Amino acid sequence: MTNEEIKAYISSHLPEASFDETGEWLNIIIPPTSLRSIATVLLGQPMQMNFLFCLTCVDNKTHLTMVYHLTSMKNRSINIVLKANLDRQNPVIDTLSDLWRTAEFHEREVFEMFGVNFTHHPDLRKLILEDDFKGFPLRKDFEDPINMIKL
Amino acid sequence: MYNQTDIIKDTTNLGPEGELVVNMGPQHPATHGVLHLVVTLNGETIKKIEPHLGYIHRSIEKMCESLTYRQFIYVTSRMDYLSSHINNTACALLVEKGMQIEVPERAKFVRTILNELTRIASHELWIGAMAMDLGAFTPFFYAFREREMITDIMEDTCGARLTMNYIVPGGLMYDIHPEFQTKVKAFIKQFKEKVTEYEDLVTGNIIFQSRTKGVGVLSAEDAISYGCSGPVARASGVSCDIRKIAPYDAYDRVEFDEIIETEGDSFSRYLVRVKEMNQSIRIIEQLIDNIPEGEFVGKTKNVLKLNKGEFYQRVETARGELGVYIVSEGATTPHRIKFRSPGFSNLSVLDHIAKGSKIGDLMATMGTLDLVIPDIDR
Repeated sequence: MTNEEIKAYISSHLPEASFDETGEWLNIIIPPTSLRSIATVLLGQPMQMNFLFCLTCVDNKTHLTMVYHLTSMKNRSINIVLKANLDRQNPVIDTLSDLWRTAEFHEREVFEMFGVNFTHHPDLRKLILEDDFKGFPLRKDFEDPINMIKL
Repeated sequence: MYNQTDIIKDTTNLGPEGELVVNMGPQHPATHGVLHLVVTLNGETIKKIEPHLGYIHRSIEKMCESLTYRQFIYVTSRMDYLSSHINNTACALLVEKGMQIEVPERAKFVRTILNELTRIASHELWIGAMAMDLGAFTPFFYAFREREMITDIMEDTCGARLTMNYIVPGGLMYDIHPEFQTKVKAFIKQFKEKVTEYEDLVTGNIIFQSRTKGVGVLSAEDAISYGCSGPVARASGVSCDIRKIAPYDAYDRVEFDEIIETEGDSFSRYLVRVKEMNQSIRIIEQLIDNIPEGEFVGKTKNVLKLNKGEFYQRVETARGELGVYIVSEGATTPHRIKFRSPGFSNLSVLDHIAKGSKIGDLMATMGTLDLVIPDIDR
């Protein structure tokens, strides 16, 4: 499928999705509420984007952006970047851990590092940090006077 | 992580169905690093495995946000310390992609040779360590005899034996050592003679086979769903070699086979790695006599600034697909950097494939996943 075909296909399912082709791969920006529906569309026929190879979050100071890198094991030349902007005060998004099992660990990492809450996640606990760790270290406004050395 | 009170459980007080919780690690000899697994057992059968991470978490992603594009490469050598050259290649390729830097052919060839030498060294360490976990002591010495030659070559090229830093954006830090080619050829000769020794010792060993065949079986669908890559996924019949899918450096000019096994058990994962070493030798043989003359580093500015935008670079490390994702705002430091480490995804499958097997088989399953803890924690 070419980028134009993918854009037409996604638009037919979600008219409010916007696209960004400036990067290496096609970026699809969607509202967070429609993440699950669009993920199901991408996972099903005919796209079969069954390999979620990167799941992360970016702090853009005004908002958080969830970034999902997807590809199809049938055709590794098709790569898609799915993005959803979240409110910084109360970031909530649906989990994808039942669609791609790898998302379970990655979402736990994003949960502790950025404070994003994943609804319906089976086991949303801290993975790397201590249980009583305060704050979200990978956010831009995180301060730690003891361990962070500012030059 | 865990509460201090959780770690010490009264072993006489068993769970509802006679369950026993055993803490394996963080100082267990077979985890090769500070991996802590909380294993729930019923008798000898594993019911659940919960990995607890973070003992060696250094927050490399946060550190990189305040380092320039010349500096952040050195931190990545400490991530997956057995594939330092490959990690450095990933970062160098990404900066080159973001700034459109031309890399000289000489640098590309040397990088590819070093990447493959690193892969062999990593697999040699793995074969020795895993055989030792399963009770065989001799393969460790045999494997380290050949690995020593590679570490000597690395010492000649860049001065370090483990956390090597030699690959920089634009090419290489220095030109290669005058004896580089001779030493690599001597290594190839010795490796070809001796590789059969530990293959005879381990592959055909009936004890080794009965401990690994049919243990920790991972299906192709689960391998894809759990995001597995590298030898773990290839042993389950999933074609996922980045060197074939998106060739970088000089990989598009060499011939090699992607090793794929279909069984998906621990023995297949072992076979994939052993066969991969031979393919790596094949790649080096094609390149070592043809290193082009010329510059070893391309023209770069003193201060590197990536264009505004997002960049992603994948490489194939010894453990699988390493991805580096950078969000740049046009400054000298990255706005956000994410390392998609292969070990992190490969670890997440452990609970799924070890559930229902015996605790003794966990060594074989975990050993063949080839976990490197600093790579998982980052």
